[in-house]
Amino acid sequence: MSDYYEHDDLKKFAEIGKDAPELAQKFFDYYGAVFAEGELSAREKALIALAVAHTVQCPYCIDAYTTSCLEKGSNLGEMTEAVHVANAIRGGASLVHGIQMRKLAEKVSL
Amino acid sequence: MKDTLHNRFEQRLAKEEISLLRATTQILQVNTGLLCDLKCRHCHLSAGPGRQEIMSQATMQQMIDYATRNRFTTIDITGGAPELIPHLDQLLTGLAPLTSHLILRTNLTALSQPDKKPLLDLLVKLKVILVASFPSTNEGQLAAQRGEGVMDPSLKMLKQLNKLGYGIENSGLELNLAANPSGAFMPTAQEAAERKFKRDLARKWDLHFNNLFIFANMPLGRFADWLHQTGNFTSYMEKLQAGFNPCTLDGLMCRTLVSVAWDGFVYDCDFNQAANIPLGGKPVHISELEGLPERGTAIAVGEHCFACTAGSGFT
Repeated sequence: MSDYYEHDDLKKFAEIGKDAPELAQKFFDYYGAVFAEGELSAREKALIALAVAHTVQCPYCIDAYTTSCLEKGSNLGEMTEAVHVANAIRGGASLVHGIQMRKLAEKVSL
Repeated sequence: MKDTLHNRFEQRLAKEEISLLRATTQILQVNTGLLCDLKCRHCHLSAGPGRQEIMSQATMQQMIDYATRNRFTTIDITGGAPELIPHLDQLLTGLAPLTSHLILRTNLTALSQPDKKPLLDLLVKLKVILVASFPSTNEGQLAAQRGEGVMDPSLKMLKQLNKLGYGIENSGLELNLAANPSGAFMPTAQEAAERKFKRDLARKWDLHFNNLFIFANMPLGRFADWLHQTGNFTSYMEKLQAGFNPCTLDGLMCRTLVSVAWDGFVYDCDFNQAANIPLGGKPVHISELEGLPERGTAIAVGEHCFACTAGSGFT
């Protein structure tokens, strides 16, 4: 696993701009705008990002948004609850498909 | 090693072509000693139970004499836990008429001890401004920073202070909270953190305060030990250095403050006390200091100064 995920690679994210600088610039400009203070505070956005990071299971994002949440003033209770929200949606998404399973099973069952 | 670290901040100032010089001194900070009932893991002075270094009555009188000879808009009494130092009442009573802002730092637990009722009455009478350590509204993080069982007495003390009028609008009694990050990361922006703390404390415990001050953790004392033990030192220092913001220099507290240690020796700030870097580069006792430190003289610096100059800074 360590061959694929190196902690220091996060610091090299900007290198993705090599060979496609215009696309990278558009992405990073958009990214910066998304996380700026808006109708949602920067702290709230970092909490959402933390939850999504767990959903997409991106170790770089988990690393970045754990620190970001702490530095923006969220506490561990709030951060843990955010992960539970991600987990509930993921679990709920699986479970609600059980209805499909039951419908299919009922259709072919006596 | 210290010279190398020391030079790194100086080198940065040189690179930016900036000098860190004293302005007009307006604040007198009095560190009454390293005795404390807590052993906080972020403490830059490694204060704690059993520490013998406390301010004597004679040094307290020298502090009062110095504050009489000079004009300070603010006098800030800190520790350790000043509440545990004998004759604190005499120091408060002596200093109160000499300034418009007399501040006492409290960790809340020391103030909640049963024999501190007369001290509380005196604080109210003198309208002493309180700055109370309350680094997190999360019990686990607060315990990790300040020790198990600290949350409950802290909340009870805040409740009692609110009942006395502290932190209540138009009471004339000011209660400010001080918070440090609960680890090796940068502090939250002050305004946003204050809004959140006010909302959380009111919602969870019906507690109220005036202002929240956010301080970066200093890579000194017990916190530096923790950084080294956990392998966080290098990355934390890199983070502080990467966050260096020259705009913070004008507002740095060391430019307008004289900080006196429990033994009466004089420093540019409380952190230089911990780093043992005296004001002016050589030990000077408060009894030998007639006037204010001279305007335009250089401030002694060390690598820890990066903690005051990172991000929005430490004023």
